[in-house]
Order: sequence, then structure tokens, then C-alpha cells
Amino acid sequence: MRLIILYFIGLIFGVGISISGMANPARVLNFFDVAGAWDPSLAFVMGSALVVTFIGYRLVLKQPSPLMASNFQLPTRRDLDLQLIGGSAFFGIGWGMAGFCPGGALPALGTGRIEVLIFVTALISGIVVVKILKSIFSTRSLAQV
Amino acid sequence: MMLETAFTPFYSLAGGALIGLAAVLLMLTTGRIMGATGILAGILQPTSLPDWSWRAVVLLGMISGPGAVLLITGQLPAVQVPVSTIMLVIGGFIVGVGVTFSSGCTSGHGVCGMARLSPRSIVATLTFMITTAITVYLIRHVIGV
Repeated sequence: MRLIILYFIGLIFGVGISISGMANPARVLNFFDVAGAWDPSLAFVMGSALVVTFIGYRLVLKQPSPLMASNFQLPTRRDLDLQLIGGSAFFGIGWGMAGFCPGGALPALGTGRIEVLIFVTALISGIVVVKILKSIFSTRSLAQV
Repeated sequence: MMLETAFTPFYSLAGGALIGLAAVLLMLTTGRIMGATGILAGILQPTSLPDWSWRAVVLLGMISGPGAVLLITGQLPAVQVPVSTIMLVIGGFIVGVGVTFSSGCTSGHGVCGMARLSPRSIVATLTFMITTAITVYLIRHVIGV
């Protein structure tokens, strides 16, 4: 039952991404191309997603706990570090090159288009390479201690 | 290559509202952030079966999004890719590296984190929006691909 509910939550996200245009690189790139073929649609996506989430989170987080878990797992860090800013800057460069972001590309896999599969394979490679490098470096620094 | 895309404020508003609704429902049920990066990373590096299964099911729901749109409207959502395969591969890899360091992308930082007024998410979102716009400008108007 729990997994069926979660499937439908994923489906709502996937339908939202699909009709919003976030799964369409041409539209995403045109949003950022103010100097060219500008299409402001994505500002409406971000705007309405933010309003709904802002209000919804306020109602939900007043509850003592989530319905299907013991507690809310919210990020607690508030510091700004190089990994956050450098990583975000890097993400933007890739987004500007390909036109897909992870949240747009994962639902777009459902269209069966080969370009989406190519992007997601490259995306997963990037994630895995960094995770492997991070684990090598953290074992090394532990070994030095 | 530039492709003109039509401005669709109503579809984009509706799509954004569904994205927000999914984020609120995931918080209400599991107490988790609806971030594509976090969900994908947790599938690639599982910590336990229940932790893996909720992510896998949400991902499956996301991928069903375009199919559901096809059932309702008779049309798959448009995926127009105005960039070359090599740009998809390099861009995808860079996105994967970036989001792993920044621990989030457009959904996790841009929607969920911004809605919580998290300072890290606000800085992350501003950073990647700026670098994406610069990248698109350089590629389209300076290099002229």
C-alpha cells in the first residue's frame, strides 16, 4: 500500500514535469536565452511549484510526524561552502550545455527517446565517478589519522 | 541550433502546481525532500532495502508521467533536443558531478529548499541559474553553435 501511494506521488511529479515543459530541452534552453528565442514559460513552472510547496510544507511540517515514517528528514545545514557553490555552478554549466536537469530528464525517460537515455547515462556516470573519488579520498584521510 | 518554443503559461502553471503537490505529498507521507538528485543517488548507493524501494517506486512513477500524459491527451510530451550527442554526454556528466557536490538540483534546492527558505538552497539556486544563463549565452551568441 505504502509503495502504491509513493508510485502515485512519483507519477504526479512526472506528469507535472511533462506538461510544464521541464522535460523539453528546447524550452529549457530558450528560457535561459533572454538574448535570443526567449520563452518565459519556466518562470511560471518555478513560481507555481514554489507557491504550492511553500504553503503545503507549512501545513505539513506542523504535524508531529509524517504519515508513513517516524520523523521528518530535513537538511539542517545552514553554512555555505565551496562544494555547494562550486557544485551548483558546475551543474548550471552542464544544464546550459544539455538542456536537461535531473528532475526533467528522469520523467522524460518515459518518452523512450534515445537522447534522454544518453543524458541520463552520462548523468549517472558523473554521480558515480564523484562518489568513488570521494570514498577513495575519505578512506585515505582516515588512513592518515 | 535554436528551436522556437511557444509560450504556454497555463500548462506551465499547472505543471508547476503538480510538481509542488508531489513535493508536499512526499513530505506528508515519508518526511522526505522531493529531489531528483537525492532520489537517484540513493538508488545508486542503497543503504537498506526499504530506503531503496521507496526511491525506486517514486522513480518508476516519474517515468510513467509521459505515458499518463499520452493516455489523457493522446500525445506524448514534446522532447526537442537542439544540441548534439557530444553536448548531451559532456553536459550530462558535468550535471552529475555538479549535483553530487551541491547535494541537489532544480527540484531539491530550487523548489523544496527554496520553499523552506533554506539559505544553502537559495544560494545554490541563484548560482546555477546564473551559470546556466551564462553557458547558454556563450554557446548561442558568442561561440554560435
